[in-house]
Amino acid sequence: MKSPLVAFVRKEFIHIFRDKRTMMILLLMPVVLIILFGYAITTEIKCVPIAILDQSRDEVTQKMISHFVASEYFELYKMIDNVEEGRALFRQGKVRMVLIVERGKVKGESEIQLLVDATDPNEATQLSAYATQIAVEQLSPFTFHLSTGKGIVPVISLLYNPQLRGAYNFVPGVMGLILILICAMMTSVGIVKEKEIGTMEVLLVSPLKPVYIILAKATPYLLLSLVNIATILALSYFLLDVPINGSLLLLVGVSVLYALVALCLGLLISTIADTQQAAMLISAVVLMLPVILLSGMVFPIENMPEILQVISNIVPAKWYIIAVKDIMIKGLGLGSVLQEIGILSLMVVVLIGLSVKRFKIRL
Amino acid sequence: MIMNVIETDKLTKCFGSFTAVDHISFAVGEGEIFGFLGANGAGKTTAMRMLCGLSTPTSGTGKVAGFDIYKETEQIKRHIGYMSQKFSLYGDLKVWENIRLYGGIYGLSEKQLKAKTDELLRVLDLENERNTLVDALPLGWKQKLAFSVAIIHEPRIVFLDEPTGGVDPVTRRQFWELIYQAAERGITVFVTTHYMDEAEYCNRVSIMVDGKIEALDSPSALKSSFKAGNMNEVFHALARRAKRTEN
Repeated sequence: MKSPLVAFVRKEFIHIFRDKRTMMILLLMPVVLIILFGYAITTEIKCVPIAILDQSRDEVTQKMISHFVASEYFELYKMIDNVEEGRALFRQGKVRMVLIVERGKVKGESEIQLLVDATDPNEATQLSAYATQIAVEQLSPFTFHLSTGKGIVPVISLLYNPQLRGAYNFVPGVMGLILILICAMMTSVGIVKEKEIGTMEVLLVSPLKPVYIILAKATPYLLLSLVNIATILALSYFLLDVPINGSLLLLVGVSVLYALVALCLGLLISTIADTQQAAMLISAVVLMLPVILLSGMVFPIENMPEILQVISNIVPAKWYIIAVKDIMIKGLGLGSVLQEIGILSLMVVVLIGLSVKRFKIRL
Repeated sequence: MIMNVIETDKLTKCFGSFTAVDHISFAVGEGEIFGFLGANGAGKTTAMRMLCGLSTPTSGTGKVAGFDIYKETEQIKRHIGYMSQKFSLYGDLKVWENIRLYGGIYGLSEKQLKAKTDELLRVLDLENERNTLVDALPLGWKQKLAFSVAIIHEPRIVFLDEPTGGVDPVTRRQFWELIYQAAERGITVFVTTHYMDEAEYCNRVSIMVDGKIEALDSPSALKSSFKAGNMNEVFHALARRAKRTEN
């Protein structure tokens, strides 16, 4: 049965290569996504406009303000003379933070107040954290104390991603998204297309076993997704300076396992959908939305309501993204991702079981 | 005595409480052109799927090419060809690529494939279209090509499911020339159709009504027993008895 399989795989490749438009989309999509997330859709704080009200105007506060202005996080929009002016700037949306240095009760002592636009809570938290950090750094040699008054100065070290680069988070996310898109969506559409044009019946009547049909359908997309993984890794390594700290082999291995989960999902969808449009729609709603919303790629899972946290456990992308972060960013070895590998393998087994059952019912 | 290549006895298929095929018994001899007629929903397709090994019967027995339709479906699949009512070639593949694909699926060697491809293109007068995408061919040519591809592995039986839908009478006539040629080579042809003029071309026809075979004989014998001028009248006389409506 080797040669019939070869004949069939060859045909699948012809389908893909001859459909130039789809192939362009498949090859360019990772590039576009990486560039979009890397440069356009960024959650990093950069050049946020601020206003400063300095009532103290002594040497120490001047120095601190110059550091604020020099930092890449903030950009001085205006020095203001009173609080009311700051509030007006907030209302107009000109600034997102106002730094107020008040003259202290005792001579030579100052108090700092931060006003932050908290319409975006995540950004507000980050802004105040950065601002506090700068203030602490600049003022600690002097008799600066936080509200505790006990002279405790927290020393914060950010592990694995000291510069808080967003790319460290979204590169694994984009990998999770692309693989699902290509493997699941394209496989399901590919199989359903054969049902739609009527060739599936002819194939089922032929001596080609259904298993071989599925294998042949999946092979090209599995290879294509490997090309995509290579593209994403190369782009993120050379363009976005995301390191690959762990074993590349392990990373590729986990990616192939995840691609298998995606293929099985695509297979399952193809047994449910009867038209290509239906397959696309199901893939988009059932696969892409959870990957974007529930995998921890965009929104932290810890912040979700408990029920969503439970649901997120069945989203394969969640486990894949955890594993990729562990290997790529933290540089951990096989031992630390065994749980994720186990869960993904289990998903493969369950999905194959389900699709084979459904595939048979349809016959 | 001609050998039977298809034999069924009280073959039945139920979907829940619905009996799609109801105790049909018939035999088809080697090299025969057997017309399988019936209105939509009469159970033709279901019966054909059981014979092709795509669907397991609920009860009854059947043999196709000498193999049991319950246990030996793999063997059956090797010895039959199939052409569906939907068009069964790939439009984005070239003519020769389609031939190579189906030849490859049926396990032909490279050498056999090359010889078969050349022969087939010559017989169909498609030698100049070897590198044409199938989508670019006229419908009639596509159908002739699809039929030739369906018998590329010289099967014992070829199943044709409404093969000439949407084709003009002249092309249909040409298509039937191919069917006769195949039958002369000893390939049994099992064909379902809506066109009653095609029924006249068959050696024998069966007419299914509501899951049962109501008539089975040569076209001329059927016409005389129903006192009808043509097969169309025979068909309508029987179809009128149907209680089932489509779907």
